[in-house]
Amino acid sequence: MRDLTNEILELIRRTSSSLPPDVEKRLRAAIEKEAPGSSARGAFETILKNIEISRANSTPICQDTGTPIFYVHYPVGMSTRKLKEQIRSALAEATKRSYMRPNAVDAIYDKNTGNNLGGDDFPYVHFEEVEGDDLTIELMLKGGGCENVGRQYSLPDNTLGAGRDLAGVRKVVLDAVQKAQGQGCAPGILGVSIGGDRGSSYIKSKEVLFSEMGTRNTDPKIAELEERLTSEANEMGIGPMGFGGATTVLDTKIVGLSRLPASYFVSVSYMCWAYRRRKMTVKGGEVIYD
Amino acid sequence: MKQITTPISDETIRDLKVGDAVLLSGTMVTGRDAAHKWMIETFVKKTRPPQGDDMQVYEELKKLLNGSVIYHCGPVVSGLDTKEYKFVAAGPTTSIREEPYQADVMKHFNIKGVIGKGGMGAKTLKGCEETPGVYLHAIGGAASYIAQTVTKVYGVFKLEFGVPEALWVVEVKDFPVVVTMDSHGGSQHAVIEEASKKVLDELLTR
Repeated sequence: MRDLTNEILELIRRTSSSLPPDVEKRLRAAIEKEAPGSSARGAFETILKNIEISRANSTPICQDTGTPIFYVHYPVGMSTRKLKEQIRSALAEATKRSYMRPNAVDAIYDKNTGNNLGGDDFPYVHFEEVEGDDLTIELMLKGGGCENVGRQYSLPDNTLGAGRDLAGVRKVVLDAVQKAQGQGCAPGILGVSIGGDRGSSYIKSKEVLFSEMGTRNTDPKIAELEERLTSEANEMGIGPMGFGGATTVLDTKIVGLSRLPASYFVSVSYMCWAYRRRKMTVKGGEVIYD
Repeated sequence: MKQITTPISDETIRDLKVGDAVLLSGTMVTGRDAAHKWMIETFVKKTRPPQGDDMQVYEELKKLLNGSVIYHCGPVVSGLDTKEYKFVAAGPTTSIREEPYQADVMKHFNIKGVIGKGGMGAKTLKGCEETPGVYLHAIGGAASYIAQTVTKVYGVFKLEFGVPEALWVVEVKDFPVVVTMDSHGGSQHAVIEEASKKVLDELLTR
């Protein structure tokens, strides 16, 4: 099996320093909605300048290079054990090169490992066997600020008058956005999962964030709710950084899961504007980055 | 755009109002979760006896922070092997986690400015009135840009807290911030929180 450590290192460099074009496009459109001279417009100007500097210098867009979340889709017969070793070596090297901040802290002893390698849980790596010969590795970096404002609701929620239906889902998601204020580095992108158990619900609410901006759920009813949530969240006027302004949320993505008859969880993962996600595909001898 | 250099006088602080854009220059110190907990427990409330070089660092910090600024930041730093430190990425971290500590730390060390993101609560706002001081909002995620305003890294205390949590002493030039909490009880965060809650309440009835 081919050693992909260097290619994965390149994936990490790209993810940390170069914001995906679909996200940048949304941010460039959002600045036009803010009044000249406002704090909100100033925030967007700084954000856009930072995106350019990071890309030109291969330096992290955000110093919080987050939890590295890898999703690996591999062909039959490939060793996931070896792939995981290569991912870990690449991450340690990326940290040495300052593409990544050392972010793995032992929660019991408060000790930073210094190389971004924690136990088996850090980095987070998910493997899935797929048909065909191609290998794809997707990486998302999710910072702590936005992770901290994520929320999980167990419906019914009487304080919000949220029942066990899509109307109830709408209410709790809007509540999560209001509670987050600017602390998740607004404007944010919402990953919402409905159903599952507490664990699977949170995981899927992040997984849905791997899709492109503007990707709508194939169920028209859910697609409509996605659009409505983005628009209503923006009515709250929290704005970039919580300064007040027209854009609080850039997009909403919803996924529905199976649930137990007794449970109705809604999980909201808040992604900051520094929405770092990249993909590499190994096709025969060739490595293609998106 | 106002230009301010540390150390900052009370008069300058009292002049600042919510919404003012500021380009900040001069010496400042980074400090976040571990640093605030350590300062409160060891020097302010004294619930933990000083250990190792704690007292020596305390004496240095008293001089550095007096009239100056603390920055909620866990930077990416190069040159760790050679000790020729350079900030590579250095945006703000979420400040609200320091809410239990900030006002007491400000008053104890006479800190005039707190830089972070997301704003802080009522206790810190009162601390801003009393010290007096201001909360300066930097742009979250703008790490490469802000790192370019860090012209010099003088050194580091408590590196054993880890690179993000250590106290880095730096010189900055034209660091862009916005006053979102002033020394007159004004808070942009309180205003936005209240206004957005009203809209939410209305949306919940639809």
